[in-house]
Amino acid sequence: MARRPEHSAPPEIFYNDDEAKKYSTNTRIIEIQVEMAERALELLALPDDDESRLILDIGCGSGLSGSVLEDSDHMWIGIDIAKSMLDIAVEREVAGDVILGDMGEGMPFKPGTFDGAISISALQWLCNADKSYHNPHKRLLKFFSTLFSCLTRTARAVFQFYPENSDQIEMVTSQAMKAGFYGGLVVDYPNSAKAKKYYLVLMTGGAAELPQGLGSPEEERRINYIKKRDACRDARGKAPKKSRDWILAKKERRRRQGLETRPDTKYTARKRSGRF
Amino acid sequence: MKLSTYNFLTSMAIKGVKVGYPLKLTITKQNVVESEFNPVFIEKLLPKLDWAALYGAAQVAECAEDIPPAQPDNIADNEALLQKLHHLLFEIDVLEGQLECPETGRVFPITDGIPNMLLNEDEV
Repeated sequence: MARRPEHSAPPEIFYNDDEAKKYSTNTRIIEIQVEMAERALELLALPDDDESRLILDIGCGSGLSGSVLEDSDHMWIGIDIAKSMLDIAVEREVAGDVILGDMGEGMPFKPGTFDGAISISALQWLCNADKSYHNPHKRLLKFFSTLFSCLTRTARAVFQFYPENSDQIEMVTSQAMKAGFYGGLVVDYPNSAKAKKYYLVLMTGGAAELPQGLGSPEEERRINYIKKRDACRDARGKAPKKSRDWILAKKERRRRQGLETRPDTKYTARKRSGRF
Repeated sequence: MKLSTYNFLTSMAIKGVKVGYPLKLTITKQNVVESEFNPVFIEKLLPKLDWAALYGAAQVAECAEDIPPAQPDNIADNEALLQKLHHLLFEIDVLEGQLECPETGRVFPITDGIPNMLLNEDEV
């Protein structure tokens, strides 16, 4: 399995000038980032009225996801912890403003500022403790609760992230719910190893139905019920235990062995009435 | 950093800070960038603006004569004022300067147009 970047170094060190350069030159990386940002914007389910909205981009990096927002005529403000990535964003002259900040320290914005928030491949960085005073649970809660307050009451927040295991998903979603969000996980292409993508869709204004993940077949894949036990029993030719046939066979066997056995009557193996 | 972003920034993340707004802005270097005028978006933004903070920022950016000190009632009909607001919010780019927390006096530097809101261990 490929090494996970969050195991090698904290984000502000991992995304150095070399790594940041990849995000402005490597077409493969750009393509994937843009694709995920487009999907996140779709999951954001902004009202379809062609109006510009103010979107927060958490872990905006070099502003690739911001460019997707610009293409849809939205204004955006980005926040990221890696200075090298933000320098690239400024160099690219993106329309949105970028801020150097740590999501685990809380969002430094006034309440009710944003009409939505997206985040591409950033949330998994919060699951690690990179400094001695870091506590992932507390940092996640601080992040989600401050994010909750800086969103409007009909907003959504969509996070594309790479969870390491199911415990991380559990940790992230439980802290988000604790902060007041509704929502859950949308998994695109769940049956593909590479195209599989996790999107955490959070809502501020009450519970609503989650969007359907891409590439998930309508009917669930399940194993058909085969009458295995019944088939086995038939093969052995034995009657089910406690049944009349089973009792008659047992009595017959005792008679053959010469043991004292009550005669077979219509009452044999009959259930007692409830009155007894 | 555009002044529209300044309008939204707080220092609430610092431990013990209740409001942390408005931050005290100091500009040492600023630039004017052209951007597309979108009156509908500015109208929608109006309820989210803090006029006092904005007027303060306009004074620092030396274009306070463009906007009145108190928020007028019918801005939506006033095209000229919307234009000026647009200029103030989206075309003035603060390149170098600082933001100061009104409660603790903590200074957040702005370098290359990027405000640094990172906190130290004892401030979280």
